[in-house]
Amino acid sequence: MSALARFQDDFADALYDERAFAPVDQAAFAIYRNTAMRACLDALEANYPAVVCLVGRDWFRAAAALHASQSPPRDGRLFTYGDDFPDFIGTFPPASDMPYLGDVARLDRLWVESLVAADASVLDAATMTTLGPDGIAALRLRVHPATRTFAAASPAVTIWQASRAGVAVGADLVWQPEYAIVTRGHLEVGVAAVEAPVLRFLEAIAEGVSLADAALSTVAIHPDARIDLILASLLNAGAFAT
Amino acid sequence: MSLSPAAGIGFKPQHFDDVMRCHADGLWLEVHPENYMVDGGPRLAMLDALAERFPLSLHGVSLSLAAAALPDAVHLQRLRRLIDRVQPALVSEHMAWSTWAGRYVPDLLPFPRTHEALAHLVRNVVHTQERLGRRVSLENPSHYLVLDGHDWSETDFLAELVRRSGCGLLLDINNVYVSSHNLGADPVAYLDAFPLRAVTEIHLAGHAADDTDPTLLIDSHDAPIMDAVWSLYRHVVSRGTSLPTLIERDGDVPAFANLLAERGRAQTLLETVGMAA
Repeated sequence: MSALARFQDDFADALYDERAFAPVDQAAFAIYRNTAMRACLDALEANYPAVVCLVGRDWFRAAAALHASQSPPRDGRLFTYGDDFPDFIGTFPPASDMPYLGDVARLDRLWVESLVAADASVLDAATMTTLGPDGIAALRLRVHPATRTFAAASPAVTIWQASRAGVAVGADLVWQPEYAIVTRGHLEVGVAAVEAPVLRFLEAIAEGVSLADAALSTVAIHPDARIDLILASLLNAGAFAT
Repeated sequence: MSLSPAAGIGFKPQHFDDVMRCHADGLWLEVHPENYMVDGGPRLAMLDALAERFPLSLHGVSLSLAAAALPDAVHLQRLRRLIDRVQPALVSEHMAWSTWAGRYVPDLLPFPRTHEALAHLVRNVVHTQERLGRRVSLENPSHYLVLDGHDWSETDFLAELVRRSGCGLLLDINNVYVSSHNLGADPVAYLDAFPLRAVTEIHLAGHAADDTDPTLLIDSHDAPIMDAVWSLYRHVVSRGTSLPTLIERDGDVPAFANLLAERGRAQTLLETVGMAA
């Protein structure tokens, strides 16, 4: 191994835990430790704003520091950092009284994924109406690259939306599963709470089946689903690409 | 778009509307390409809009050119795509390492300036320039640690790097000030020994004293440029080195008007002292 490679091994190891390496004895070594850790925490804070809002900045950064030392960045694009943070925070013992936290973090993550996803023209309702009913039934729609689906056993969508808006969750919060679709119709990421059939329908379309088959598979599970309304709402949200 | 020797500003997304309304003569903007290595969306749209109106400089922070390994191939591809897209006037990186053994340390890390380190750096810079299809400039680092085992002074090391790789240099005058302070060296002597002919861009920024050891200065980019740094800048410009000069600010970012005022000070120096030299 080259001398430079050995130096880098020692230096990188010493950044994350105490070990014998001559420069560590200088007070200045802490500057590198602190700068690297601060950048990790800043990135996690930027990537998980709803979680920050729920737990407070100090608590968040303390938890994030633990995560950063266990799971340091691997990519120079720090907006991608923390893909395993939702799992970490969802099973973090001090957060056990916030069983929705991992779900909220997952929704933060999907928001970033949608933000940076590829561009594509949004399919609008007007284009659809030029097709006859048979044409529509056979259509295989392309889900927009920035569209994401979200399902949680907790009311994480309501909690996430309140956090992003900077308001308290209402006392009328019902503990029940919640669903959302994340879309980026017009350069702005939107999160819309939806009912379970909407998610089923969109996921069926994403699997590549025709609208008719997607409708059938949705109604098989949710007999009361209004496919016409669901399709209209998805088109309106910009969930599909041309 | 090419760059006249005018002053530019490090772009912050919160300044987008102000920037697009700004008509300051010769204004150019610098961004960290990592933030725009996305598949699509509003960030890229914003960069496209900037690129249409202003010359851009892409200033990378994570290529890790001073590592004993080639820079990441995927990262280089992403950088190439961004370059092809926005046609920047300048592309630069740091003389430092940050990626090693699959881990990315979000900082610019030092190394002993050995013959071996120079060989790695030259190889990495040549490889990068081939992959990007253009010359890149490397920035002199900020130093905090006293490392053993240097075979070269920094200025000789940089001159030799330029000679062997054909790269340019980015002279960060705040880094010169901070490093000289921390290592007990003379910043003017450093500047006088710096291979100025290879410099394509100058950086100016603010610094701060370290919280735990206030005798150390940190290249924090979170304050206005200090007078001592301005006077070193004047020293460089008065020697006839009128070059694109960037006002860098990354923390405690003020209103765009404040940065524009600092930028005006650099612009005035370039126009008066630089022209007279």
